[in-house]
Amino acid sequence: MKIVVAIRQVPARDSQFRIAASGIWIDESDLTREINEPDAYALEAALQLRDSAGGEVVVLCAGPEGASQTIREALAKGADRAIHIDTGAAAPSDPLTLARTLAAALAAENADLILTGLQSDDLGYGQTGVILAEVMGVPHATIVMNVEVAEGGIRVKRELEDGWFQQVAMPLPALLTIQSGATKLRYATLMGIKKAKTKEVRVIPVSDLAPAAAPAIRIARIYTPVKSKNSVIFDGPPAQAAAQLVEKLRFEARVI
Amino acid sequence: MSGVLAVLEQHNGQFHKSALEAVAAAQQIGGQLGVPAYAAVLGSGVEPLAQTLATYNLKRIHAVDHALLSAYTPDAYTAALRQLIEAHKPALVLFPHTYQVRDFAPRLATAMNRVLVSDVIAHRVDNGAITLVRQLFQGKINADVCFEGEPPYFASVQAGAFRADSIEAGSASVETFQPSLDAAQIRTRPLEPFRESARAVDLTAAPIIVSVGRGIKEAENIPVVQSLADALGAELAASRPICDAGWLPMERQVGSSGQTVAPKMYVAVGISGAIQHLVGMKGSKTIVAINKDREAPIFEVADYGIVGDLFEVVPALIAALKQ
Ligand SMILES: Cc1cc2nc3c(=O)[nH]c(=O)nc-3n(C[C@H](O)[C@H](O)[C@H](O)COP(=O)(O)OP(=O)(O)OC[C@H]3O[C@@H](n4cnc5c(N)ncnc54)[C@H](O)[C@@H]3O)c2cc1C
Ligand SMILES: Nc1ncnc2c1ncn2[C@@H]1O[C@H](COP(=O)(O)O)[C@@H](O)[C@H]1O
Repeated sequence: MKIVVAIRQVPARDSQFRIAASGIWIDESDLTREINEPDAYALEAALQLRDSAGGEVVVLCAGPEGASQTIREALAKGADRAIHIDTGAAAPSDPLTLARTLAAALAAENADLILTGLQSDDLGYGQTGVILAEVMGVPHATIVMNVEVAEGGIRVKRELEDGWFQQVAMPLPALLTIQSGATKLRYATLMGIKKAKTKEVRVIPVSDLAPAAAPAIRIARIYTPVKSKNSVIFDGPPAQAAAQLVEKLRFEARVI
Repeated sequence: MSGVLAVLEQHNGQFHKSALEAVAAAQQIGGQLGVPAYAAVLGSGVEPLAQTLATYNLKRIHAVDHALLSAYTPDAYTAALRQLIEAHKPALVLFPHTYQVRDFAPRLATAMNRVLVSDVIAHRVDNGAITLVRQLFQGKINADVCFEGEPPYFASVQAGAFRADSIEAGSASVETFQPSLDAAQIRTRPLEPFRESARAVDLTAAPIIVSVGRGIKEAENIPVVQSLADALGAELAASRPICDAGWLPMERQVGSSGQTVAPKMYVAVGISGAIQHLVGMKGSKTIVAINKDREAPIFEVADYGIVGDLFEVVPALIAALKQ
């Protein structure tokens, strides 16, 4: 089975963000980056499927030059090769433009299964995978916790709301968006890290793939949210802050 | 502009809890644009359900009816809604941002060469142009988003962004719409939904909840927050990553995929306040947050907060409670 995993490099979760002079994106300098969390689970699901059913895992990532770090980490964990769409320093595009770019890079791959994360930590569209499925004309399932090869296709376990789940059977090729947390993630071994250096990373400039269509949505402005609630925040030494809080809880909120 | 269409979700003949919020959203935005609001509900035999909306101020309710819509599939929903939209040409199609909508709405928008603006928390209408607000970076930054090009436009709204109690009464007629669907178009086969296990802990009954997030760093540190819970006579709960990692059982998870709670007091310790967590607890009467990051979105819903390292703050708090 040939499995493609689409991974995104995102700023680390505890980053502090500054808004760039353009006002429509953040200042990207000085940010630590890492793989988008659900994408790490998508990669793990792909590696487990390959290890049991055989085949190949291809990592696909659109991002600036610095994304190669995250791609190498995926190769070190066991992916077989990678496609890096070099987007330069451009601000991120809308999810349809991105999905069309990803689809163009995958046109010649004839993958059996394409996995994405269910949502990115930075843009949070929660859409790229589903759009990619439509662009490529394949069926999809979202918020997937488990994948099994079955009945000439696959059977997946989807998470529904309020603690419900559902099995869905589908043919291949297909696209799945993977939820975090379903399995344990493997670490890269020393051997893996060494091997990763020799694995193929095909770099494609985005201009070779970029579709000409005009974007259908536009970010007009980004800004720090205005606090809507009047919170009382204590930031003194812990003992003092704790005493102040307890006083408020006892005599103002009257909850203890 | 020909109207704002709210697409309402139903399961087994009952509306999803988001349905009335979606109707309110369509009425409100429609009013600001000076166009009528419509609603649509998809399924098999959904006319009686559609009739229950007849006392709201809507121009029309479309009961999109077909045997192949009885079990939800993204392929059938996409095809049916596309036909409805092409026939009635709404200017704006609004969805509640539910799991089901996440599953098919991006596909529908793409099929119509549009982009869905997902998970909208607020909106503005200036001179007939809609600006939508959505969150970036897990709630740390907001973005104003505009549509480009021609309608129809597509957007999904976050739970709680519009209030169901602001819905306008009135009258509406129900019209059945029969899409043409073919079983061969439906490529996925859904089986019956199921629950993994019964919930042994009913967090909804607890007057005080202490909830722990990834700030706790390791399973070995859980007793730190357990002792705070004990000092307050509280139940212990957690954000999703803590339950995923197995540090606390699943049944203690609060949020969109866990339990929804509204205790007298909710104490969030080392929890960032991602929307999927907030929807499960923001109805709490008093919210307390302990987090080392002053910018963490949890402080936006907190009544009281301490900015600091939980490993220092929690013991200090336990000591203060004993005084
Ligand atoms: C479809 C879907 C469903 C989901 N369902 C749920 C759900 O039901 N419930 C849920 O909770 N999440 C859910 N999530 C996940 C959610 O998006 C967040 O990823 C999750 O809530 C983050 O958990 P957290 O706040 O514990 O961790 P993080 O976001 O990593 O936050 C950790 C926080 O701890 C703080 N911190 C770190 N160290 C310290 C310290 N020493 N002292 C004090 N503070 C510290 C940090 O500043 C940070 O704010 C869902 C996501 C999706 C996409
Ligand atoms: N630049 C990118 N390169 C490769 N995959 C991506 C990229 N951006 C998003 N994805 C994939 O699409 C998923 C959903 O992203 P989003 O629609 O932004 O929430 C992510 O989890 C990734 O798997």
